[in-house]
Amino acid sequence: MSSIGTGYDLSVTTFSPDGRVFQVEYAGKAVDNSGTVVGIKCKDGIVLGVEKLVTSKMILKGSNRRVHSVHRNTGLAVAGLAADGRQIVARAKSEAANYEKVYGEPMPVKELADRVASYVHLCTLYWWLRPFGCGVILGGYDRDGPQLYMIEPSGLSYKYFGAALGKGRQAAKTEIEKLKLSELTCREGIVEVAKIIYGVHDEAKDKAFELELSWVCDESNRQHEKVPDDLVEQAKAAAQAALEEMDAD
Amino acid sequence: MAWQQPMDGSHASGSKVAAADGPGTQRTQYPYVTGTSVIALKYKDGVIMACDTGASYGSTLRYKSVERIKAVGKHSLIGASGEFSDFQEILRYLDELTLSDHMWDDGNSLGPKEVHSYLTRVMYNRRNKFDPLWNSLVLGGVKKGPKGEEKYLGMVNMIGTHFEENHIATGFGNHLAIPILRAEWCEDMTFEEAVKLVEKCLLVLLYRDRSSINKFQIAKITTEGATIYPPYSLKTHWGFAAFENPSKGAVGSW
Repeated sequence: MSSIGTGYDLSVTTFSPDGRVFQVEYAGKAVDNSGTVVGIKCKDGIVLGVEKLVTSKMILKGSNRRVHSVHRNTGLAVAGLAADGRQIVARAKSEAANYEKVYGEPMPVKELADRVASYVHLCTLYWWLRPFGCGVILGGYDRDGPQLYMIEPSGLSYKYFGAALGKGRQAAKTEIEKLKLSELTCREGIVEVAKIIYGVHDEAKDKAFELELSWVCDESNRQHEKVPDDLVEQAKAAAQAALEEMDAD
Repeated sequence: MAWQQPMDGSHASGSKVAAADGPGTQRTQYPYVTGTSVIALKYKDGVIMACDTGASYGSTLRYKSVERIKAVGKHSLIGASGEFSDFQEILRYLDELTLSDHMWDDGNSLGPKEVHSYLTRVMYNRRNKFDPLWNSLVLGGVKKGPKGEEKYLGMVNMIGTHFEENHIATGFGNHLAIPILRAEWCEDMTFEEAVKLVEKCLLVLLYRDRSSINKFQIAKITTEGATIYPPYSLKTHWGFAAFENPSKGAVGSW
């Protein structure tokens, strides 16, 4: 299924005869091989969840953050090369801080998504830069309510009800489509996201993983924050119970 | 006040710094809209800070509902006297600082000592560029340290002088309130005792400082967080015999 771009894939400034930029597609492969990242827009906010694959028993729990706050009301979850992700997060933080400094109000999520997308796209235009090897899901809550955006390594950015990146994205998207998001509150949303991530986690290929959940909703005072530990535990328990039920069939 | 340029031109007209701004340009010489004294002291549960809600435009008491005490992060209060626009700028710097501190989300947050240290650097560096932020800042707070909950109170002014004390006062408070605080402050006062002491100082300042107004705000910072109380007035007493019938002993029409 993957086509070899022989000759047309050496530089990000080269098109193939059928109009594809292979380097950008290859960057997308880096995202596809990473742990699953899920974001959903509930009626009162956004929930972001990451399946953090633990590569070594030596890693301290809670380290290697994949969900970052880029402003008081906005969060960014990263899939793909973590180091590339840090650049995007840093840029997003700087854009959001600068906007507030100039305009006196928190940066609208739409505007921030636009800037991040432009920045990611920028790195696909010059041969001396390489595209970012990561996709991000940006969730925030501003005057227009909660909004969810996904930005791919190509610089493509769309607004979503629900989005997923990484290994289990196909299965995750199927699960998200089953949910009635417009009726879900964030409290319920956390449980659903946990279930999805536990569900798409491949026990055979990757052993251990850590679930990282964050939200920005009415309950968190429209601030982006890590979901409180007790709620995370509840969500995990519900997710594991759901898994066992599935296995029991 | 000695803020105006001396008329005799004895010092070369202020600080014409050629380097950064270009020749013939000037930096901040004197403040325009100013707040008067801030008083603060440590008490049993934390730190209490108080000031009036006035901002003067020279000798005019122009703005009467100005909040000169603000919370900083989770653990501190900042109070300022001096140029109000510079205070607003400082609040913006602190907002950026506390935002990036918050976004780390690592379980730590900036305490009063750290904020005081940061402000000292800012104030001193601005003074060295001959472009001071024309304020006296009071920084108070409570944060858990190695020895348990530690109260902190310090001040830093426009030339970068900074220190830590059990009681602080700025502006006229230095002359009128500090003697009272030195005499009557003691360790571990209750909130009510602290408020009484602060009100005693505020009253003296109200009577004697011409740029103070009778509308005050008290704020406290404890382990629970910052509370800034709504403004209120103190009762003053003017019923002295000397004030009755003021023209009694006057000679002539004047």
